[in-house]
Amino acid sequence: MQQIINFLLKNKNGLLYVFLLIIALGFTVQSNSYHQSKLFNSTNWFSGNIYQTSANISNYFTLEDENKTLLEENKRLRHLLFNKSLIPKDSIVIDTTLPYKVISANILKNSYLLSKNYPTINAGEKQGVAQDMGVITSNGILGIIEHTSSNFAIIQSILNTKSTINAKLKNSNYFGSLIWNTKDFNTVQLTDIPRLVKLKIGDTVVTGAMSSIFPENIPIGTIKDYKLNPSDNSYHINISLFQDMSNVKNVYIIKNKNKQEINELEKSIE
Amino acid sequence: MINSKLIIYIIRFFFLALAQVLVFNNINFLGFINPMVYILFFYWYPVKENKAILLIISFLLGITIDLFSDTMAIHTVACITIAYMRSGIMRFCFGINYDFQNFKLSTTTILQQITFLALLILFHHLIFFFLEIFSFSNLLLILKKVFIIGFASLLLCLLIKSLFSTQKK
Repeated sequence: MQQIINFLLKNKNGLLYVFLLIIALGFTVQSNSYHQSKLFNSTNWFSGNIYQTSANISNYFTLEDENKTLLEENKRLRHLLFNKSLIPKDSIVIDTTLPYKVISANILKNSYLLSKNYPTINAGEKQGVAQDMGVITSNGILGIIEHTSSNFAIIQSILNTKSTINAKLKNSNYFGSLIWNTKDFNTVQLTDIPRLVKLKIGDTVVTGAMSSIFPENIPIGTIKDYKLNPSDNSYHINISLFQDMSNVKNVYIIKNKNKQEINELEKSIE
Repeated sequence: MINSKLIIYIIRFFFLALAQVLVFNNINFLGFINPMVYILFFYWYPVKENKAILLIISFLLGITIDLFSDTMAIHTVACITIAYMRSGIMRFCFGINYDFQNFKLSTTTILQQITFLALLILFHHLIFFFLEIFSFSNLLLILKKVFIIGFASLLLCLLIKSLFSTQKK
């Protein structure tokens, strides 16, 4: 017994190190399945509020650029609005309850350099944000809500090795999945486009209709280059994003009111 | 005397953690260089101090940084590892002098101090980027990040060190 105690006393630093190491590695492994980590992310009250304060200050320095972006977007929307009255309307209004609702938010902490990026925004459950809602910017898509607290939320960015998003070619409607190979934060990859499709550099890629998260036809980017993967007869396409991922300030969260119904319907088949 | 020192350490802890998450995590020089300056905490920490306390403090420091940067607990692992290796590194850098009772960092040569800091940064970055990327197939990417970001960290740490140097000549 004496020897055991002596041994413990002699190696107490080593044992403490191993103990702390196990805790830290435990956190790491557990956080890999992101849903489980309630405490260990920047949506918590403490870091969320510090980021909010910091964002409040730093936002003043980018106001001019932000105004320009908003002005551009307003211009485009007004253009649509003014021309709308010229487009002949259907005589019957089919749907009065529109399925998509939009919530606006600001990025508190952007992230694009890691291999798994999770930006933080300042809208949470109180604003009606919930898991698995799509997040877009005025230029393109950003990701999917991964985790929410009462005032903040974390986005699983498209710059994340775990992210796969349904996307399609705008002109031919062939769809594939959008992934990221971690190399460049303004380039993502589109896979599973079959060989018979004719591709051209510069073609636009938009979100597909396969998922209930994003509405169809939100612009993502243009084809930068492509090569044929000989093993499975599909293209491997590099896409340069419309949205500069290193400079995102304002985002819109898309809430699909029909999502629950769609999910239940899909579940009933399985 | 002890209290005023303790307050300095606490202020230093929060200053370095906040500087890291609010300023240095957003530098993105050349697109990927984010120097890690909070390693200076291990450089400034007193030499002859209880190792167990250093381990616990480094665990807290690492977790604080992780909470802000959403990096799981990678900073924590790197932090406690260099805290554990610190005395070994010091013995390597300062040789026999380290065992004397009145050993102080300020009495060593500049070169020794830089070596000490560089070794702390090297081990920290090796562990951090290895765990972050976590694949052998990207070994070149890991090494590239370790050396380029490590060099940037060393440069900024030296600048901050000389800015807040307490010794007056």
